[in-house]
Amino acid sequence: MTTYQEMIFRLKRYWAERGCIITEPYDVEVGAGTMCPETFLRVLGPDAYRVAYVQPSRRPADGRYGENPNRLYKHSQLQVILKPTPDDVIEQYLGSLEAIGIDLKKHDIKFEEDNWESPTLGAWGIGWQVMLDGMEITQFTYFQQCGGIDLDLIPAEITYGLERLCAFLQDKESVYQIDWTPEFNYGQVRLKEEQQFSVYNFEMADVAMLWKLFDAHEGECQRLIELYKTAEEGKSRFPVLPTYDQVLKCSNIFNLLDARGAISVTERVGVIARVRRLAVGVAGMWVDQQYTAEVVA
Amino acid sequence: MATKDFLLEVGVEEIPDWMIEAGLAHLQTKIQDLIGPLNGSMTMAEATPRRLVIACSGLQEREADREEIQTGPPKQAPAPAVAGFAKKCGVTVEELEVIESAKGTYFSYRRKLVGKSAVEILSEILPGLILGIPWPKSMLWPAKGGAKFIRPIRWILCLLGEDVVPFAINGIATGNQTAGHRQLGQHRVAVTIATYEQALRDNFVILRASERRQKIVDELPAGVKADAALLETLTYSTEFPTPILGEFAESYLSLPEEVLVTVMRFHQKYFSVADADGKLAAKFVAVMNTASDPEGLVKHGNERVLRARFNDARFFYDVDQHKPLAQRVEDLKTVTFQKDIGSYHAKTLQVMALVAELGGDASTVRAAELAKTDLTCEMVKEFTELQGVVGGLYAKAQGEPSDVATAIYDHYKPVSMEDSIPRTRAGQLLSVADKVNTLRSCFGIGMIPTGSKDPFALRRAAQGIVKILVEGELSLGLQQLAGGVAKLDEFLLERVKHYCQEIRGYAYDEVAAVLAAGADALPDVLARLDAVKTVRAGEDFEPLAAAFKRTKNILDQAKFTPAGPVDPALMTDPAEIALSAALSEVAARVKGRSYIEILAGMATLRPAVDLFFDKVLVNAPDQAVRTNRLTLLFSLKAEFSGIAEFSEIVPKLQETLAS
Repeated sequence: MTTYQEMIFRLKRYWAERGCIITEPYDVEVGAGTMCPETFLRVLGPDAYRVAYVQPSRRPADGRYGENPNRLYKHSQLQVILKPTPDDVIEQYLGSLEAIGIDLKKHDIKFEEDNWESPTLGAWGIGWQVMLDGMEITQFTYFQQCGGIDLDLIPAEITYGLERLCAFLQDKESVYQIDWTPEFNYGQVRLKEEQQFSVYNFEMADVAMLWKLFDAHEGECQRLIELYKTAEEGKSRFPVLPTYDQVLKCSNIFNLLDARGAISVTERVGVIARVRRLAVGVAGMWVDQQYTAEVVA
Repeated sequence: MATKDFLLEVGVEEIPDWMIEAGLAHLQTKIQDLIGPLNGSMTMAEATPRRLVIACSGLQEREADREEIQTGPPKQAPAPAVAGFAKKCGVTVEELEVIESAKGTYFSYRRKLVGKSAVEILSEILPGLILGIPWPKSMLWPAKGGAKFIRPIRWILCLLGEDVVPFAINGIATGNQTAGHRQLGQHRVAVTIATYEQALRDNFVILRASERRQKIVDELPAGVKADAALLETLTYSTEFPTPILGEFAESYLSLPEEVLVTVMRFHQKYFSVADADGKLAAKFVAVMNTASDPEGLVKHGNERVLRARFNDARFFYDVDQHKPLAQRVEDLKTVTFQKDIGSYHAKTLQVMALVAELGGDASTVRAAELAKTDLTCEMVKEFTELQGVVGGLYAKAQGEPSDVATAIYDHYKPVSMEDSIPRTRAGQLLSVADKVNTLRSCFGIGMIPTGSKDPFALRRAAQGIVKILVEGELSLGLQQLAGGVAKLDEFLLERVKHYCQEIRGYAYDEVAAVLAAGADALPDVLARLDAVKTVRAGEDFEPLAAAFKRTKNILDQAKFTPAGPVDPALMTDPAEIALSAALSEVAARVKGRSYIEILAGMATLRPAVDLFFDKVLVNAPDQAVRTNRLTLLFSLKAEFSGIAEFSEIVPKLQETLAS
């Protein structure tokens, strides 16, 4: 049987053999692999890039105290960015499924329309959810816009939901039963984390503190964006990446507040717009720094 | 001239199933136009998710040569002008001709145009034509400056006879290769026009939609519930469809059937299956995009997914029962209806009041109170398309009276013009009140649909109201429903017109005539429309309508309002005496009768009316006589004006002449 970690090794190896840089997860909390700078910023501008990484993705509202066999507060995505998209991208993708032991001739694969949009990131793309025997295993997206900026080179983003893919491979009814290694299952590794974070996220997180944090990170981000705008010189060494980390912090705190039930539906739209403003601001800075400021300097 | 066959296959990554037919139809029309001058005829237009295919036969190798006559200065023109014209045409004066036509005699140049070859035409026009397909949402690739299409084009097969028609789109050059099924066929296969369709078949692609559809239908097991829309979806989301039968545990049948069917139908695209008694069986049919499932892996996988989905649904159902709907009304304060309008709690209070105002009983008011509470339930958060339905099911399970539960269940109906209206009076009233409240609120903050912009689907809401009022025979006036909200009256009236013309098929002038005579009570509007349409078929009606138009014009011109009844003593002409008598006779005869009888009676007045206009001078020199005649015309018009404003009727003959 292919263990969880063996499946990940094979996918990484597969994409490494196709020219991808393999990086470790980004070490700031994110809701999806798309939000990592390796995706969000790298897809901007005219430079080619290929990267694959596993990203633990935190969605506080999806937590189920470890009681639901298929829903997790923190699940792992394998995120692949191919920029520009190779002509045989779908064949390459299908090859990755064979690499983890799925005999495509014995299964049913469908590409169902599923366009992706992230209002908080000012990003959208066109694509599919890939269905394997009726189960969604991958989100496949051709990015069109990111941070409100039209993309120069259209990248393909391939996002595998690793737990459900592995549950499929191992024919397990619950993600907690997945064999992580021959000796340890997923529940032994992660169940406590799911339980405790569900308790914190839904019941104990201090709402007032979270709002304070949100405001603080938003303020820092705005301050940096403003500094960059008005800087006469030194733009090429300006800390754009740390500015982006502030966006990620805001986004994660927003998700926590949401799970805590602290954001009314009316407020929601407004808070999303605040995060979006920051994301758009940083995307503009990044492009400017990469492709304008250095030329001038 | 020798002719050639033509084949185009645009190879695309998976196109969303629901867009394929329209996209193909557009391409078909455009290529039809293109091959016209080559005398070709189209022999096939087909599509799968991965290919748009057009085949034609009998294309001439080039279009016919043509002549184009350029007209220059008149024959008498001075020499320099003639020389200038020749120069402009790029020829000498000697090559010009003097051509005489109806407009006069002019120096002209007969330019010979050599017809273009078919290859030239096709390679020049096809790229723009393919890219011109208007997809609902297209994407850019591979980079800025590239063309947009529904998904990336990956190959283009384009043959004219034996030859490849050369062109390229976004760097993809045409060739003689097609592609097989993703898993079962060869990646690329060289073909000729003659071998194309068989080559696809050999590579597990059934090109023709009709054949794929038939294959699904033929292989469906017994008991499958017919679902034409799902069949279309599956026909256009597969290249080699094969149905398989799966099962789920009987214990899930304790969940509401609506929930099970929604999960299967909308989330998994499965057909549901009925047992011998017509009850939902613990089975489903999935349609694979592959040839077989010899090891049962696909069946196993689909059963596994469905089990997880049903477990979720059961979990939601159980969790939701912990808090009955009646205790969720307060929770609606945190659910926004629209940010500038307010919460669903506020909406609930308004709808309750409106239901009472419109004559709803206690059950209907109770239904209004609970109608939106299912929005706070986990089941509806997961399966939003079940809003209302879930509320109805829960209300019943939680012991609410059945008329309350049914009204909640139905209150989003009709969701389209094809959908039925709520089954009960309470459901109809609740649905109308809910929609009227939405309209009033949105219009109140200036959210009025314009053109294609209608984010809250207000047109559909208004259309639903009209349908319920008519088909439910509810005697609620439009004025009352509009509630004095500016422009809402007008908006509802627009929907009434649309309903009468587009849905019920009445002619626009019949609708205009009937609505001009009063548009408040819709069942009455429809009764009057029916009468007008019926009586209109008779030969006397339209000429009489023309006479009514004349009557209206005369009265309008005179700006006439009668001071009293017709005075028999002032009538002198036998024709006016006859009309007055006939009018009194008909009026007495049809009093209290149906609209059809009244109008049939009216039609019998035609000879008297015709004679009147033929013999009688309305504008008599004597002021009193004139007033009396105007009064007679006025009473004629007034007698029937409650049914329709007949001057709006456009006689069919006149319509033909005008067009």
